[in-house]
Amino acid sequence: MDSSVDRRGAALEEKTKDEGRTTKDRSFTSVLRRPSFVALLLPTAFLILFYFYPLASIFQESFARSKAGALAPFVFAFTSPSVIKVIGFTFYQATLSTLATLALGLPGAYLLARYRFSGQSLLRAFTTVPFVLPTLVVAAGFNALLGPRGWLNLGLMSLFDLTTPPVNFLSTLGAIILAHVFYNTTIVLRLVGDFWSRLDPRLEAAAHTLGADRRRTFRHVTLPLLTPAIAAAALLVFIFNFTSFGVILILGGPSFATLEVEIYRQTVAFFNLPLAAVLSLIQLTCTFGLTLIYTRLSASLSLPLTPKPQTLIRRPLKTFAARLGAGLLLLTLVMLLLAPLGALALRSITRLEQPPVTSGFTLAYYQELSVNRNNSLFYVSPLQAIGNSLLVASATVVFSLVLGLSTASALIQSGRRSALLESLLMLPLGTSAVTLGLGFIVALDQPPLDLRASSLLLPLAHTLVAFPFVVRSLTPALRSIKPRLRQAATALGASPFQVWLKVDLPIVGRAVLVAATFAFAISLGEFGATAVIARPEHPTVPLAIYRFLSLPGALNYGQAMALSTILMLVCAAGILAIERLRVAEIGEF
Amino acid sequence: MKRLNIFLLVTLLLAACAPATPALTPTASGPRTLTVMTHDSWNVSADVAAEFEAANNAKLQFIKSGDAGEALNKAILAKGNPLADVFYGVDNTYLSRAMDEGIFEPYNSPALADIPESFKLDPANGALPVDYGDVCLNYDKAYFAEHNLQPPSSLEDLAKAEYKDLVVVENPATSSPGLAFLLATIGHFGAENYLGYWKDLRANGVKVVDGWETAYNTEFSGSAGKGPRPLVVSYGSSPPFEVIYADPPIEDAPTAAIVSDDTCFRQIEFAGILKGSQNRDLAEKWIDFMLSTRFQEDLPLQMYVFPVNPKAKLNETFQKYLAMPDKPAFVSPADIAAHREEWIQAWTDVVLH
Repeated sequence: MDSSVDRRGAALEEKTKDEGRTTKDRSFTSVLRRPSFVALLLPTAFLILFYFYPLASIFQESFARSKAGALAPFVFAFTSPSVIKVIGFTFYQATLSTLATLALGLPGAYLLARYRFSGQSLLRAFTTVPFVLPTLVVAAGFNALLGPRGWLNLGLMSLFDLTTPPVNFLSTLGAIILAHVFYNTTIVLRLVGDFWSRLDPRLEAAAHTLGADRRRTFRHVTLPLLTPAIAAAALLVFIFNFTSFGVILILGGPSFATLEVEIYRQTVAFFNLPLAAVLSLIQLTCTFGLTLIYTRLSASLSLPLTPKPQTLIRRPLKTFAARLGAGLLLLTLVMLLLAPLGALALRSITRLEQPPVTSGFTLAYYQELSVNRNNSLFYVSPLQAIGNSLLVASATVVFSLVLGLSTASALIQSGRRSALLESLLMLPLGTSAVTLGLGFIVALDQPPLDLRASSLLLPLAHTLVAFPFVVRSLTPALRSIKPRLRQAATALGASPFQVWLKVDLPIVGRAVLVAATFAFAISLGEFGATAVIARPEHPTVPLAIYRFLSLPGALNYGQAMALSTILMLVCAAGILAIERLRVAEIGEF
Repeated sequence: MKRLNIFLLVTLLLAACAPATPALTPTASGPRTLTVMTHDSWNVSADVAAEFEAANNAKLQFIKSGDAGEALNKAILAKGNPLADVFYGVDNTYLSRAMDEGIFEPYNSPALADIPESFKLDPANGALPVDYGDVCLNYDKAYFAEHNLQPPSSLEDLAKAEYKDLVVVENPATSSPGLAFLLATIGHFGAENYLGYWKDLRANGVKVVDGWETAYNTEFSGSAGKGPRPLVVSYGSSPPFEVIYADPPIEDAPTAAIVSDDTCFRQIEFAGILKGSQNRDLAEKWIDFMLSTRFQEDLPLQMYVFPVNPKAKLNETFQKYLAMPDKPAFVSPADIAAHREEWIQAWTDVVLH
């Protein structure tokens, strides 16, 4: 088969490349000149300054506070049944959530990758919106749909003449899993869908010609080629579920606790910093271990391929069966991902009166947004808040792309020895936001790095989360570039930077956009907003939403819904705009 | 390819501009900056802040650091090299943590003369009382009218059959009103008996959620969220705010607070000068200002809490709709300090597990 030939060819190329390097590696100065070393300087400095140093500082401070010695909290954690239960539940819910997300995301990725239908880019944009929404807002959306007074229960109650709501959704494991699917399906749709949409259709055609039916073709050709992208998406989804905080607290309720929830509880309610540090370390170790396993696997799984432009691959839905299947899948996606969003948007223009629950249309909440009733010093108009959010998001996109592109390129060049390095890079994703936030306070307190109250800290903190994401979405794409192409460019006299600019970047252009989209969404949604200190002069949209939700009164609740709707629209518009920025398509050389 | 280059160029330009724009700081000459560290609920009227700035040739800078517990933790960890001159927002449930860590410098403000002794919980005057609020049960008036039911008038009532499945409370481990309500039950029933009461409440179908937002907006039927339960642990100030922020405007509050004796818990919030402040004189002026009627009268509409200075007047809406408890349940800060963790943990074991 085509792919096995490729694999052998690649192995050969890899070997010659490695041999070439070992002779060069002898002198120290040549190490400095190695492009992968130079490319890693900036990301390494960034991580050391804004991640490892703050984290080490807060751990040191925390253990110093342990009156019975640094070992005592470890002993306590590993012998306490409640801590062990928390660890078990964290793994359990993360596994279930990841499987559920893949079950919805993979068919969705296939549909988006292989078929052309109207409304496709809108669907792609809106399925990313859940990613940016604050948990309190998502909870409100689910409540409007599935809560005790949600549409579903009200409908069932009037249909079957019931007096109590039949569906008990909130505060269950089901709510946690559904909310995780809601948040993370977009990761699978984008990472896997994008990779899939560039697979050379001739590979499958060749398998068909050789007599393989569709199932065999999928199992032996498509699936092995897709595995790196699926593994990358699954890892990210798992880590997000593993470190889940808001969803567990708000939708799961107080009877569920993940490590992150327990870290928060130990830190804020009990100020037991030594135990919180141990729990943080456990969470980190798990993330690190998972990533290490993943990088080992993916290094042996990934195959160099020549990606094809999407236009060659996407086909219209022709047969009735294809349309029916696609229709059902789309319906599921819309129901799961878009219905809670719709419920929110509807709520923002509806006035509820009681009793009985009747409703009327209103734009009062939107109008009220631009009124500063109490002459508050921290009043922010919706436009200003959007401006602040977009400014922070743009800075995050730029920071994380610059860091992510150089890191991913360096990782590819340095071959297999990078598994450890690659896993270290993923650590920020698995780190407790509560712990890291305290780390910033302890570590970044001396000029010139007294950034504790700097507005710059916000995009930097977002970059910490976005940057591993960027690396993760870029490496499968970069790995798929045949080394031959780079060697040819080098042979024709291109410098390493020129090779990167003229070969790597055009081929991974699409993946860069995916990465940019995620960085944008991550920042807009304020992941781990509690981690950093906010300067209230520049409030972002999620902070303004939280402010409204924390006050009594119908007008405040309505404004929170209105601002959430605006956040959804800004996010969708931003993503559509990023996708319009068409980086030179492959095949357009 | 050209388009790609433009994209890169724009990217690099953005990279060059982005950091400079949000990081604007006041210039060295001109007014001195006073930095105040607070929790996320902090708010003040623009003209009130401007008045202080003009009178003292100062520039106020506020930094918000998470909820009350998170903000205090950050202030404690920055002890050696404080982030701010003044910290505002530690309440009587956290006060012992701040005092044990010694983050405040004592300041015997002359303005304290006006403040009733009952609010002064730190004898050294490191933490000075600024405002208070009562955590009380709120009920949905329409529900009780419709069902011909009297609202409960004591904590004991909540365990009775007619109030089965009607109450929603917050988790004391993750919510400050949740902790306040737990303390109200401890103040009323005593540390020996409160767990028995909570067992009864659990048997009577009390619902526990993570925080105030979920309890009030999602579960409570009297709020805009129109949840299923007509009794919620909220603030004594919530009913007036249902009127102020009603839509459409209403004459009568849809909810009311239960303020019978021993059912509420009073949260008192404190401010203090952080040890190591470089602007001690300005910080003192700010503390005095916070205790003055100008600032104290601004508190209710901005932060939904009430002045500790009895000379400060409340506006009409509050006078009309606000009910205040005569005798809130009481637990001393020393007791809270000694047993806080133990009480929360015991509560967790009884009510959640």
